[in-house]
This record gives sequence, C-alpha cells and structure tokens, in this order.
Amino acid sequence: MNAGARAAGPPRRASLSARAGVRLRHGDRLYAVALALASLLVVAIVVAIGWDLWAGSRLSRDAFGLEFLVSSRWDPAIDRVFGALPFIQGTLVTSFVALLMAVPLSLGAAVFLAELAPGWLRQPLSLLIELLAAVPSVVYGLWGLFVLIPTLVKPLAQGLNGSLGFLPIFAGPVFGPSRLAASVVLATMLLPTITAISRDVLLAIPAAQREGALALGATRWEVVRQVLIPFGASGFLGAIILALGRALGETIAVTMVIGNNLDLTPSLLHPGYTMASIVANEFTEATFDLYLNALIEIGLALFVITLLINAFARLLIFRVAGGSARVVQA
Amino acid sequence: MSTTSRRAPDAWRLRRRRIASLVASGLAAACAIATAIPLIWILAYVFQAGAPALSLGFLTSLPTPVGVPGGGIANAIVGSAITVGVGLLVAAPIGIAVAIYVAANPHRPLGIAVRFSTDTLAGVPSIVMGIFVYTIVVRPAGHFSALAGAVVLGIIMLPIVIRTTEEMIKLVPTSLREGSLALGAPEWRTSIRVILPAAASGILTGLMLAVARAAGEAAPMLFTAFGNPFFSTDLNEPIATLPHTIFVYAISPYPDWQSKAWATAFILISLVLILNIVARVLVSWRTRRLGTMAR
Repeated sequence: MNAGARAAGPPRRASLSARAGVRLRHGDRLYAVALALASLLVVAIVVAIGWDLWAGSRLSRDAFGLEFLVSSRWDPAIDRVFGALPFIQGTLVTSFVALLMAVPLSLGAAVFLAELAPGWLRQPLSLLIELLAAVPSVVYGLWGLFVLIPTLVKPLAQGLNGSLGFLPIFAGPVFGPSRLAASVVLATMLLPTITAISRDVLLAIPAAQREGALALGATRWEVVRQVLIPFGASGFLGAIILALGRALGETIAVTMVIGNNLDLTPSLLHPGYTMASIVANEFTEATFDLYLNALIEIGLALFVITLLINAFARLLIFRVAGGSARVVQA
Repeated sequence: MSTTSRRAPDAWRLRRRRIASLVASGLAAACAIATAIPLIWILAYVFQAGAPALSLGFLTSLPTPVGVPGGGIANAIVGSAITVGVGLLVAAPIGIAVAIYVAANPHRPLGIAVRFSTDTLAGVPSIVMGIFVYTIVVRPAGHFSALAGAVVLGIIMLPIVIRTTEEMIKLVPTSLREGSLALGAPEWRTSIRVILPAAASGILTGLMLAVARAAGEAAPMLFTAFGNPFFSTDLNEPIATLPHTIFVYAISPYPDWQSKAWATAFILISLVLILNIVARVLVSWRTRRLGTMAR
C-alpha cells in the first residue's frame, strides 16, 4: 500500500524510495517469519511432549489398558505386570496432606504481607519468602532427609502413632522416611508459591472495596474476612490449584524422603512412592521395553494432570488479577 | 440508666471486635513468620554443615572413591556450567524472539497458542521433560550425554525467558517504538536497536532467573546427563552436574559423601540465591527507570 502511494509520485524519487522500501520490507518479512517460527517451535514442543509420551507408552497401554491405573501389582522382575495404583495413591495422599498443612499457613502469611504488616517489614519478608521459592528442590530433599526427618517428622510420627495409632492412617511401625515426611517437605516447598500468588491477588483487589468496609466501621480483620477473602476467593483457589500441580510433579525432594516402598497401605507413617519418584528411581533400570513403556505411561498421566490443573488455575487467577505480571510469573 | 444499658453492650461488642481483629492479626503474623522460618533454617544448616567441608581443593579436584581422603566437585561445576550454558545459548534467542512476537501479537491465534503453550511448559514437571528428552535425544543416540542435559535445561528455561522478556518489552513506552518507526526504521531494526536495548536489563533478569532455576534441576538429569565421576567437557559424553551430585552423595550411606553433599549444596544455593537477589535488584531498578521514561 505504501509502495503504491509512493509510485504515484515523481518517477525518479519513486524508484529510489521503492527500492529502499522493498529492501526494508524484505527485512521485515524475514523478521516476522523468524519470530513466528520461533513461536511455532514453542507450541510444537508442547505438542511433541504429549505425542511422544503417548507413543512411547503404547506397549503398556495395549497390554494393561485402564487396568494400569487401578492395579497395585508392580512386578517387573517375574511376571512383568505393571499397575500404577500405589504411585497414584502416594502422589494424591502426599499432595493432599501437604496442601492441608501449607494452605492455612500461606493464606495467613499472604494476608499479613498484603494487609497487616507495617511498611518496613513488607519488602524484606516478601523477599525472604520469594527466595524460599528459589531454593533448588534437591536442597529441600537434603534438608528434609538429614534435618527435618530426625528433628521434626519422626517425633511427630511417633506422637501421632502413640495417640492416634488406632486410625489406619497413623498405623505403625514408625519410619523416618515416609509419606508424612514427603508431605512435610512438599508443604515447605508450597508455602512460597501459595503465599506469593495470594498476596498478589489481595494486592489486585481495588482499594475502594477496603475503604467502603472501613467507612462502615469494620475492623481490619473484618475487612479481610468479610470483603477481601470473598472477593479474592477464586484467586486463592487458583493459587492452591497451581500449588497442587507443583506438588503432584515434584520429584527429587520427594524421592529422597519418601522411602521408596511399593506397599499399598493407608498409613501416612509408612514409606511409599509417588508417580514422579518411581520414574526417577527406575527409569534407568528399565531393562525391557514394556517396563520402560509403563514408566512413560506414568509420565503421560502426570503430563495430562498438570495440563488440566494449570489451565484451570490460570483461568481462576486470571479472572481476579487480570493476569498481572507477578501473578503470571508465579 | 436506660442510656448506659444501651451503650454498654455496644462498647463491649466493639471491644470484642477489636480484640478479635488483634488476635487475627497476630495469627497472620505468626503464619508469616512460620512461612519464613524454613528459609532461615535451610540456609543456616547448609552453611553450618557445608562450610567445614569447603576448601579450594574441594572446588578444583575430582571426586575420589569412598574412603580416599580429599576429592571435590570440579567435574560437577564444569558440567553444570556446560549444560546450563549450552541450554541458555539455545533458549535465550528463541525465548526472546517468541517474547517479541507475543508482545506484538497477543490476540492473534498463534499469540494465544504460544501463551497457552508457555504456561503449560512452565507447569510440566521437569521429570516429564526428562522422559521427553530421553526419547528424542538419548535413545536415538544410544547413550546419555551432556547435550541431552543441555536440551532439557533449555526447555525448562524457555518459558521463564519468554515470560520475563515479554513483561519487560511491554514496559517499554510505545512512544519509543513509534519514534523509531516514524524516523523510517523498519520493524526489525526498531526491535533490535530500540526496544531490546531499552528492555535489556529486564531481559538479563529473566535470563538470570532461568539460569538459577536450571542450575538446580536434579530430576531430569538422572536420565539425560546421567552424571560422570570423571572430568568431561564432551557434549557427547555423560556429565556430572551440581544438583545431581548432591542427590547421589545425599542418598549414599557414607558420612564423608554426605558431608560433601552439604558442601555442594552450599555452592549451589549460594549461586542460586545470588542470581535471584541480583535479578530482583536489577528489575526494581529497571522498572523505576522505565517508569520515569514513560512519564
């Protein structure tokens, strides 16, 4: 269109600027194509991961079908039968217990950071909690294994077993590395995630909401409980679901503290396995194709679950915070 | 009498509400402290348990077999540098290009697809990415390799680079871009000479956060880079990395190796936290500067 307009001008100038224009347009077209190709690559990677896991688990899917998800026999040595139920149970139980511990604490911390903390304390405390999110998970595992289990988890487990041991979930014997240990370490890792996102959700709530309630005579706690929490509810839910996604896929820290045991028991105090930790432990030992396919199928299940969870969580957070930079990053 | 009896319950109720508010605030403060404690606890312990085993020799020598004194993590330091470095070399240009595209075309179908893919990629467990790279790099090649480790880390870094770069590009005032275009500069020149320099320190922040994240990834290394007790710089050979070394030493039954795990954790956590703190300082400084530019 520009070239057309220029061509209407005097011939000499037209040819000059037309040539320059063509050169520049070529550059721009090339540039646009390069950017679009890079963007396509990102989409292609996600599609390729899904396709790769689907194709790579074919033997296992053909052999066991849906039985794979409900059978608890994991026997690569003799019968070569694979069922993932102990791992699915382990993943669900540890993630759920971790959320149970982390959610109240981190929502309280978020309320404090966003609404109640004195100004001079907000920045340093926020930084501290954000740095907690940056600690590599292998360091959490190391700390969990050598510090948290002996000082906190084992005494806690003994206490629970002693007082509530008649409940199947607290049945003995008491081990150090256990589903409980994995849950506690996971909870520690989830704290900064939920805190940071919930704080951003709170900060995104319009000031007029607070001012209205304060003007009606509400105390600060009443503002939080009656105005901010209902207003940000779906945002908090999004934060929790995003944390759940993280908990389900967390690998190395869990592998180090869960004790790696195939038994399917309801006890939290028993060592167990999660979907991610069985893959971490046995992937390089998978000596025949069906074995490897079964492990890849567990990876496929993890991929599908995290896909759904992330889509749902982002939808929820986006509705409240309008996808502000910090929220999307966390 | 009637007035006092009407006032007294009101005052009492108000007082009760104020006390409830105070108690709730106190609980929230306790939650915040409880949330911050693990970091202090971890840092203190890593320092306390890691410092005794640290020495110059630890950083510059190779691992020794169990029972042989000395030994270090030189191979893992070099291995982490190589895998993260090669991964970054791939992820940085692609990520920045994608971010420019998404920032410019947020509502086109491809822009929406890219945003969704980036979010998904950020949420995929790293162990699953490890499986993916195992089947596309390790299995065809027939052996574990540093290259496979670099590819996994590249994929892990990609969404971080894309998001931070996109946010930083969006902070660049449109007047800068319009000014450049009005002077006759084509779109690509405007991007490279005007927008990217204006967003440079923000992009650097994103790269640093990506490196900090990738440097700490142990799980996908188990079946890509695999680990290697010897010194190697060959992209086609298995290679040791810092997080993988921590994992192997930590789950070993030897106290000597366990104390080396703490010392290695000391190195890794220092690196990661320094990168994070510098990145945060950079971004707050940059946001302020771009803010004044916009005004």
